Amino acid sequence: MKLKSAFAAALLAATMMSGAAAAKTFVYCSEGSPEGFDPGLYTAGTTFDAAAHTVYNRLLEFKPGTTETIPGLAEDYQISEDGLEYTFKLRPGVKFHTTEYFTPTRDLNADDVVYSFERQWKSDNPWNKYVAGANWEYFNGMGLPDLLESVEKVDDLTVRIKLKRPEAPFLASLAMPFASIMSKEYLDKLEADGQMNLLNQQPVGTGPFQFVAYQQDAVIRYKANENYHNGKQKIDDLVFAITPDASVRYQKLKAGECHLMPYPNSADVEEIKADPNLKVQEQEGLNVAYLAYNTKVAPFDDVRVRKALNHAINKEAIVEAVFQGQATPAKNPIPPTMWSYNDAIEDDAYDLDQAKKLLEEAGVGNFDMKIWAMPVSRPYMLNARRAAEIMQADFQKIGVNVEIVSYEWAEYLERSKAEDRDGAVMLGWTGDNGDPDNFLHTLLGCEAVGGNNRAQWCNEEFNSLVMKAKEASEVDERTRLYEEAQVVFKREAPWATIDHSLSVVPMRKNVEGFVQSPLGDFAFEGVDLVE
Amino acid sequence: MLQFLFRRLAVLIPTFVGVSIIAFAFIRLLPGDPVQMMAGERVISPERHAELSQQLGFDRPIVVQYLDYLGGIVTGDFGNSIVTKRPVLSEFLALFPATLELSICAILLAVIIGVPLGIIAAVKRGSWFDQGVMGVALVGYSMPIFWWGLLLIIFFSGVLQLTPVSGRISLMYFFPPVTGFMLIDSLLSGQSGAFKSALSHLILPTVVLATIPLAVIARQTRSAMLEVLSEDYVRTARAKGLPPRRVIGLHALRNALIPVVTTIGLQIGVLMAGAILTETIFSWPGIGKWMVDSVFRRDYTVVQGGLLLIAIIIMVVNLLVDVLYGLINPRIRY
Repeated sequence: MKLKSAFAAALLAATMMSGAAAAKTFVYCSEGSPEGFDPGLYTAGTTFDAAAHTVYNRLLEFKPGTTETIPGLAEDYQISEDGLEYTFKLRPGVKFHTTEYFTPTRDLNADDVVYSFERQWKSDNPWNKYVAGANWEYFNGMGLPDLLESVEKVDDLTVRIKLKRPEAPFLASLAMPFASIMSKEYLDKLEADGQMNLLNQQPVGTGPFQFVAYQQDAVIRYKANENYHNGKQKIDDLVFAITPDASVRYQKLKAGECHLMPYPNSADVEEIKADPNLKVQEQEGLNVAYLAYNTKVAPFDDVRVRKALNHAINKEAIVEAVFQGQATPAKNPIPPTMWSYNDAIEDDAYDLDQAKKLLEEAGVGNFDMKIWAMPVSRPYMLNARRAAEIMQADFQKIGVNVEIVSYEWAEYLERSKAEDRDGAVMLGWTGDNGDPDNFLHTLLGCEAVGGNNRAQWCNEEFNSLVMKAKEASEVDERTRLYEEAQVVFKREAPWATIDHSLSVVPMRKNVEGFVQSPLGDFAFEGVDLVE
Repeated sequence: MLQFLFRRLAVLIPTFVGVSIIAFAFIRLLPGDPVQMMAGERVISPERHAELSQQLGFDRPIVVQYLDYLGGIVTGDFGNSIVTKRPVLSEFLALFPATLELSICAILLAVIIGVPLGIIAAVKRGSWFDQGVMGVALVGYSMPIFWWGLLLIIFFSGVLQLTPVSGRISLMYFFPPVTGFMLIDSLLSGQSGAFKSALSHLILPTVVLATIPLAVIARQTRSAMLEVLSEDYVRTARAKGLPPRRVIGLHALRNALIPVVTTIGLQIGVLMAGAILTETIFSWPGIGKWMVDSVFRRDYTVVQGGLLLIAIIIMVVNLLVDVLYGLINPRIRY
């Protein structure tokens, strides 16, 4: 067996070398090792890039460059009047990968889809605990066990999903990596062979690239799927060269050892832009950093006080000092790349006179407050203490004395949930599925008070808009509701919205067809190298 | 000799238990609940928290967890990684050859250059050569590895384009690992240019990793030589007219080597620590990088298993060094 695979690998290497002139190999200098190759088990973007976006497809996919969902393995779907039944029509003739370790005998069908959900959902499914500590983090995290009534096969190419209550964001969840569709035939084979753990090492999917080999912590190799339902890719081989240090990634890109890299050092970006062999794409990430007042504690229960402080925050200065410009000031709680972003809203301008005036109106005079600064660097806020110091200096000018506090990260997350918390908390969020519900309801809904809702803010008007939007199934209707909710948010100011960080993707000049994902994915479907 | 070996091995057991307790306790003393850490900004319900803790075994008393763990180790089971779900031992064995290959090259480079430099510096004590070498050694000894590695990459790979930036071999070569040592595997693969590529990828990381040991070895050799050169028997050897080369190379060096060998042995520990940084800069898929990743991911089982396995290696190396003494200096009897 070992000999056979060695022979096959040698053969593959030989074909790769002999065809070196013709074969197009795209090298991506990825930032870390994947945790595994079963996207259901994990939550890290690095893992999703390596497993979900290459090897697998989902019923629905995100339209490249947006957070809208488009048909994937399901070519069409219908939603019942009451919003409880989703019927998916599968694309016929979709082939699973034929690899060294598996040869499929049939095309994708409804069994594969049903099984892909059941393995994460039903504790009696043999795959539910196939590795120690299989938590199905996202399946549970997106609340699917409470939402799903049933997932059933209607016929070979039709699947019906019933929900316990109407919930429009459900469709976006189906496009998330955890909802990748596995081959039941492959899973059955692994089970029969007593080799279930191999699923996490040798994936078989329907995606644009098929898995060839992984040398731990070094290189992942894929080749284009000849039978891909959207047509074969323009590149022949895809290689992830794992390079954890950002400066080294940049050197590799400069030296032509890779074609595209994620997460450059912000200090390097200007130099990259000036390099004639390189180019960059930039986009606001699907994130927001905020300062959440505790709206249940005086004086922050007075909207005028919150508004006053918002006027005293110099977001431009923070963006410059913390991100060297690689971020944009935020005016809304959702990022501009998300649908329903309300661009008509005007931000609270940096205006200390206005701030003083509002404090006088509220009649609070000078007071002391705490600002909590995260102890860790996050994508949406690289240096919370530095940002807090900038706010501290400005607040001082309007007679507000700030003490900056911090705790160890896990402790910080836990303590900041308390409803009687003393002080305003800096925190942020990176979206999971690109649905506005994932920001507005998750972070600001009444249900989340004492949890994700760090402002402890329960506003009936806002909450009812968001709840209505959750149940409406028409996108136009939902957009209108969310836009209105953002108006209420701005008026009531439970947070000071600070920034959306920019995600910058440097690449070689000859890379074409790479579309930056607002979700922060690095997916290479459609990428090409031109001379 | 046998008795000595047994005695030393017997001492290893309590040392091993001590290290295992430290490794086990240390990662648990780091602030941060691993389950909360996994969830990040996402709020996790108390029920889910309890369920996950139970699945990962963190809900049991710490003594029970430890004894369970120790029991596993005796049978060669270091547990499964919390993240990759694969056995810690097999991940370690897959990655260790990369670290070993780099470490061997680095220690060889350090010895081959460091020992002669130390000897010459001692013989020409006080000369410009001596002062120059010792000055450079001091700089090398104080060099921050991370910065030094990056500097070399930017200069040799970026500006001069003489060496590849990172990795173990060019991506165009692809063969399954046989021994895990890239130099050997590239020869076995029979692909033309593979060995050369593997060698060129080794240069910069070897230089970076060898820098500190080289400085230490050169300084140690010099001071050991100086001590020996002032001994009576060296004067006697000179007085009876032996050529200087023989006096220094045979009579003096052999006696000066004992502390040098001890130093080289101790450098193995330094190499392991250096490997963590060197591997991270050069994307070198060895155990150093693996440990760093695991600390960030709060992968308890990997961190404690990795610490233990590294400790075992260092203990074994120290034992070998002790045995070597006898070979170098026949006066040492056990």
